[in-house]
Amino acid sequence: MDSLILASLVLPVFGAAGILLAGRWPNLRESVTIVTAVATFACVVQLVEPVLAGSQPGVRLFELFSGLPVAFRVEPLGMIFALVASGLWIVSSIYSIGYMRGNGEHDQTRFYVCFALSIAAALGIAFSANLLTLFLFYEILTLITYPLVTHSRTEKAKRGGRVYLAILMGTSMLFLLPAIIYTWHVAGTTDFRVGGILPATLTPGALTALLALYMFGIGKAALMPFHRWLPAAMVAPTPVSALLHAVAVVKAGVFSVVKVVAYVFGAGVLAGQTGWLIAVAAFTILAASIVALRADNFKRRLAYSTVSQLSYIVLAAVVLTPLSTVGAALHIVSHALGKITLFFTAGAIYTAAHQTEISQFDGIGRRMPWTMTAFTIGSLSIIGIPPFVGFVSKWYILSGALSAGMLQVAAVFLLSTLLNAAYLLPIVHRAFFREPVHDDHHGEHGEAPPFMVIAVCLTAAGTLAVALFPDVLVGLAQRIVSGGGV
Amino acid sequence: MALAQHLPALQVILPLISAPLAILFRRAGPAFLIVTAAAWLSFAIAIALFLQVDASGLISYPMGNWQPPWGIEYRLDRLNSFMLVLVSGMAAIVLPYARGSIEREIPHESHYMFYAMLGLCLTGLLGIVITGDAFNLFVFLEVSSLSTYVLIAMGRDRRALTAAYQYLIMGSIGATFIVIGIGFLYLMTGTLNLADMVPRVAVIESSRPGLAALAFISVGVSLKVALFPLHQWLPNAYTYAPSSVSAFLAATATKVALYALIRFYFTVFGDNFVFGKLPLPEFMLILSLFAMLFANAIAIFQDNLKRLFAYSSVGQIGYITLGLSFDSVHGVGASIMHLFNHGVAKGAIFLLIGGAVARMTTRQAAPPAPTFERIAGLSKAMPLTCFGVVLGGLSLIGVPGTAGFVSKWYLVLAAMEKGQWWLVGAILVSSLLAVAYVWRFVEAAYFRAPPAGRETGKEAPFALLIPGWLLILATLWFGLDTSFTAGAALDAAQQLVHSGN
Repeated sequence: MDSLILASLVLPVFGAAGILLAGRWPNLRESVTIVTAVATFACVVQLVEPVLAGSQPGVRLFELFSGLPVAFRVEPLGMIFALVASGLWIVSSIYSIGYMRGNGEHDQTRFYVCFALSIAAALGIAFSANLLTLFLFYEILTLITYPLVTHSRTEKAKRGGRVYLAILMGTSMLFLLPAIIYTWHVAGTTDFRVGGILPATLTPGALTALLALYMFGIGKAALMPFHRWLPAAMVAPTPVSALLHAVAVVKAGVFSVVKVVAYVFGAGVLAGQTGWLIAVAAFTILAASIVALRADNFKRRLAYSTVSQLSYIVLAAVVLTPLSTVGAALHIVSHALGKITLFFTAGAIYTAAHQTEISQFDGIGRRMPWTMTAFTIGSLSIIGIPPFVGFVSKWYILSGALSAGMLQVAAVFLLSTLLNAAYLLPIVHRAFFREPVHDDHHGEHGEAPPFMVIAVCLTAAGTLAVALFPDVLVGLAQRIVSGGGV
Repeated sequence: MALAQHLPALQVILPLISAPLAILFRRAGPAFLIVTAAAWLSFAIAIALFLQVDASGLISYPMGNWQPPWGIEYRLDRLNSFMLVLVSGMAAIVLPYARGSIEREIPHESHYMFYAMLGLCLTGLLGIVITGDAFNLFVFLEVSSLSTYVLIAMGRDRRALTAAYQYLIMGSIGATFIVIGIGFLYLMTGTLNLADMVPRVAVIESSRPGLAALAFISVGVSLKVALFPLHQWLPNAYTYAPSSVSAFLAATATKVALYALIRFYFTVFGDNFVFGKLPLPEFMLILSLFAMLFANAIAIFQDNLKRLFAYSSVGQIGYITLGLSFDSVHGVGASIMHLFNHGVAKGAIFLLIGGAVARMTTRQAAPPAPTFERIAGLSKAMPLTCFGVVLGGLSLIGVPGTAGFVSKWYLVLAAMEKGQWWLVGAILVSSLLAVAYVWRFVEAAYFRAPPAGRETGKEAPFALLIPGWLLILATLWFGLDTSFTAGAALDAAQQLVHSGN
């Protein structure tokens, strides 16, 4: 069991080394990526059964500070995140091949190396057994994605990279690090435990301050006002956007939020203390949706949609009912599947038609039927319409909010569902029901390269498949609240 | 066994002998071999002594078998055995590097002199650390300082002369202050042996001469430490000295001065007096904050990389003195750790930059200053050099996984134990300033186009790359395995803090 955990962490690193060595032969290099991704996913999948059965395998590596080791433990929530990250790595690798070749991108080897290392970092976060380990991989993830975000090396990429780094590093250093050290100082441990680790002696003021440090310190969760890095990172190639928005980065953020709320604070300690945080998350949900509504740039609209969707998870986590926690965990999966489909579409349109603005999408669905059908499915899932997976997670979140009697929270979710529909469905309408515009700059084009179409169809099918067969994921999510032991 | 007993003496004597031998040969080759052999041997000895102290505690060695307190005593505890490893280890890494780098920086006929001076400098620094005698400490301080002036002046840039002169003046003032302070102590206690002084100082420390001694020593040592605002000599000295000298000084010279400060404050005067009864902690705290925030901010706006990292050193020294001012195990431990962690990372950075400069240097002209203009787009030509500097920079920032993170963790923890949240904020803000200057390098090296006219250069010579990368790997290693650094530093702090004097 231990070897499986280590293998899933180390495999991507070896894969990165292999990619580097095979850099001169693109076909070999891409094969290494795919093989590594599949092997990593296979390792992760084998951990599911024991975790479902209630055991939590773990590995202790070494002590960084006395009594504070770098250690891993696979608990249900981490299992879900690891499944998402390693599973989507396969699809996004397939997609990357199409995108990077289709657009004739430079420095592809560096791209694949950094991508593989980001997955390793994400898995490190997923399996971390304490805050220190989580922080270690959290920072590594920030740094290793920086070359990806700034891949084009243009002036614009440099500026985007600055915002990306400044916000993520700034929040994690100024807020998250002191929060972790303070936790260590007062609790004498940073292990994740069901029910929390903070001593009961903490005053409400200190508790609120600590919660604020954590919530704003985890900048990857993009709570307003620290959300600007996501739109800034749009400058990256689309597979990187998929990595940021679906596979690893923002998911690492909300995962850390859920983990901190559930395992560092615990529902008991936080009860009645989270009103302000609910307000911030609700504001983020609505405000980001409204910005998305007004954005004409496709990726920008999707980016703000992500900001809004991330706060679903934060909000669900701090509602503090078992049902909403299950919903938060499931929404990590459903948003990942839905949003990766949408971003894949954006990249496919850019590659095939070289278009980035929504107003240029008239009739594009007739030329790219597969891509735009997948987009439609992804949109429906994000909006939360059955039978797609977005509906499942929203159902749990809403039930949780209602069971806690938080009608205003339920209202926010319903309102935001309407907003989701308002910023996504017009794109579908435009693509399928408007007459294509012909211009000289953008000649005739058909579907995107086959690698991309395959990837986007796979993820769209995923939103349906997971909704129809949710047993494993729901089982894992329920393990979080039913307690798999420590 | 006889030899093993004399390791403390050999630690200093080997490099001391190597210097005149190097001069006798008057040739670069043999001089290099002798001094390098001496440095490596003294590194081995330092490790042996460290292990010995680790196993069996204090070592006292009477020089020439004159028993203390009459003779000179070499006295090793957790703190200085740890420092010996840093100083001799850096020398062992820098010397092979110097052979490749001074080729282009120093006229060939003075190479033997360079090695001799480096040997002497090493002798002085090791002597300061190992000796248990106040006057002997002053003598070694002068040995190291005088040889340092020469080493800096050897830089081919003509401004190296003024830099050396400036340092000479400031350093001499500092040394004078120190010797006056030691004189006062001798006057009042009648002894020069530091351990012997301890109980006697306790009686007279509140007297006016006692306070005067403390004041003179504080100012004198602070000059050598480059504690803000006494740091003016440092940026020029680091910028214009030969690359290997910049690296060696950055990693060791100020660190040894800090060691002397710790020794006088915590052992001789005792922290209960210095930090408990005098307003010194507040004073030190404010100066440290100025160093951390101002010097780091100044660093951001430097155009010359060497000068940028020199100002960064002033800022990092602020972390160290801040930790001392907390006067707690975690605070002082963080300082001692950071001596080591910062020394290794900064040494690595200077070595790597030196390698890049060497590649840009032609034999005729003085080495070009590594300005941002010149290093634009450098990552294409020198990927390993640039990546190494970035990793070293991450340690200066204190990113987890690097050595800098470990010391920052303890420093923040110490500030929290004091309940000083605003200091936590100041420490973290200053590490964000480090992000700013490190990222200036990243953006220049990775994003800008190479200047027109620079031939598509090659990677820095391997002889210069390997020593730098060894230190970078050490930085990463000590960021994960902290049993050596944190273990020794916290032990030493335990011995020093509130030890009852």
